[in-house]
Amino acid sequence: MARVTFPFGPQHPVLPEAIQFQLTCEDEKVVEVLPVIGYMHRGIEKAAEKNPFPDNVFLCERVCGICSFIHGATYCQVIEKMMDIQIPPRAEYLRVLWSELSRMHSHLLWLGLLADSFGFESLFMQCWRAREKVLDVLEITSGQRVIQSAAVIGGVRRDVNEELSSSIGAILSEFKREWDAILPVFEKDYTIRIRTVGKGILPQDKAWKLGAVGPTLRGSGWDVDMRTTGYGAYSDLDFAPVVKSGGDSYARMICRAREVGTSYELVRQVLGKLPSGEIAVKVNGFPNGEAVVCTEQPRGELFYYAKGNGTAYLERLKIRTPTFQNIVPLLTMLPGCELADVPVIVMSIDPCIACAER
Amino acid sequence: MGLINKSRVKSPWIVHYCCGGCNGCDIELLACLTPLYDVERFGILNIGNPKHADILVVTGPVNHRNARVLRTLYDQMPNPKAVMAVGTCASSGGVFHNCYNVLGGIDKVVPVDVYIPGCAVRPEAIIDGVVLALDKLNLKKSTKVG
Repeated sequence: MARVTFPFGPQHPVLPEAIQFQLTCEDEKVVEVLPVIGYMHRGIEKAAEKNPFPDNVFLCERVCGICSFIHGATYCQVIEKMMDIQIPPRAEYLRVLWSELSRMHSHLLWLGLLADSFGFESLFMQCWRAREKVLDVLEITSGQRVIQSAAVIGGVRRDVNEELSSSIGAILSEFKREWDAILPVFEKDYTIRIRTVGKGILPQDKAWKLGAVGPTLRGSGWDVDMRTTGYGAYSDLDFAPVVKSGGDSYARMICRAREVGTSYELVRQVLGKLPSGEIAVKVNGFPNGEAVVCTEQPRGELFYYAKGNGTAYLERLKIRTPTFQNIVPLLTMLPGCELADVPVIVMSIDPCIACAER
Repeated sequence: MGLINKSRVKSPWIVHYCCGGCNGCDIELLACLTPLYDVERFGILNIGNPKHADILVVTGPVNHRNARVLRTLYDQMPNPKAVMAVGTCASSGGVFHNCYNVLGGIDKVVPVDVYIPGCAVRPEAIIDGVVLALDKLNLKKSTKVG
């Protein structure tokens, strides 16, 4: 049996982004995997030191276009923590609103891409059609479909009034109707089960040891969700993280699919409980000191560290993104699998290379 | 040859490469393929193989590492071909202009026919850009290939 090494990426139909895996195969079996990264590296952390600190919100949003709002809001949180700014409760709730809408659109996008990776073309289309409803809500509330730029240091940029709130409710009801028809397909469909059950197993102890985060970790049976730490308005809201044991691609897929429902409920709760008042406070002075913030991004735990020195420019900004954490577990899932399962297993960690390489 | 050129204009195939952007434009490009925008009704097909493609669609700024990949993709495409720079950072570097690893817009590496501004671009703008690229392709066909 001859060993053959060939590149998977950087330009590959199943990957929307550029990363390369060098797969060594014996016949159809993958025996070795080597990731080759750096195709998407820009140097955002260094560039953040060159911009005045309020401008970095826009740079951080562009770490990743899929979960852009959460990146922007986390950057705002870390600066607010450093400068000891208390943002109004209404702004906290609105941040949760946009974060959860981002999570819904990110998961729907991923579910569609997963369906596409094993050739279930019509399910891909259905997921993306439902996702357009979520994007409509994002657009009417923030003015943009994918990069919202709605968070600023000290609060949020836009308000959601009564009229807007009721039209969001109507669009979300339509979305829920579509989603209720799609969810059972992911849970029960024969083709999906055959392509995902038992593929790319990440055992429970290994998931923890290798530092997996987010749905990749929760799919291996760990109940870890940064939202339960109660940052922002999450402490007032009622929700439970979705956990599934099994550790295979199916478990990870089900985690994400059910999280769409959790996020939908959270958005409903936010709209019902939205406190009145201001949406932003004025920010004076410059950041000084250090701060760390962890938030939950659609792909897992997002970590921001910032160090200020009392000027308009930060001394250091460190971003650790969930995909970076999940690449190592991925390398243990791949050896031993069939070549045809590689796209599904690679997709199952929801890789966001723009995040990982920044 | 006449038939090939005619079908090329009626049904352009695109190949997508994500240079180093934020993904925002990539997901909008994918949104073009899905039911709301559905560019397949115009015969536009997203294809993975550069050797089958007429239009190269690039998102994100060029960096030191992917410049070579982008150039290889461009060289592999058969003539006549068109290149679309999708998004502000593919056109000029945009918000990443002062990042140390970013060279700038993709026109540093390959000749660009259509620039589509926006951060992130809207799917309507991408469809509009493809129509403009088709005009360019038509022009190249009449001057280069018989």
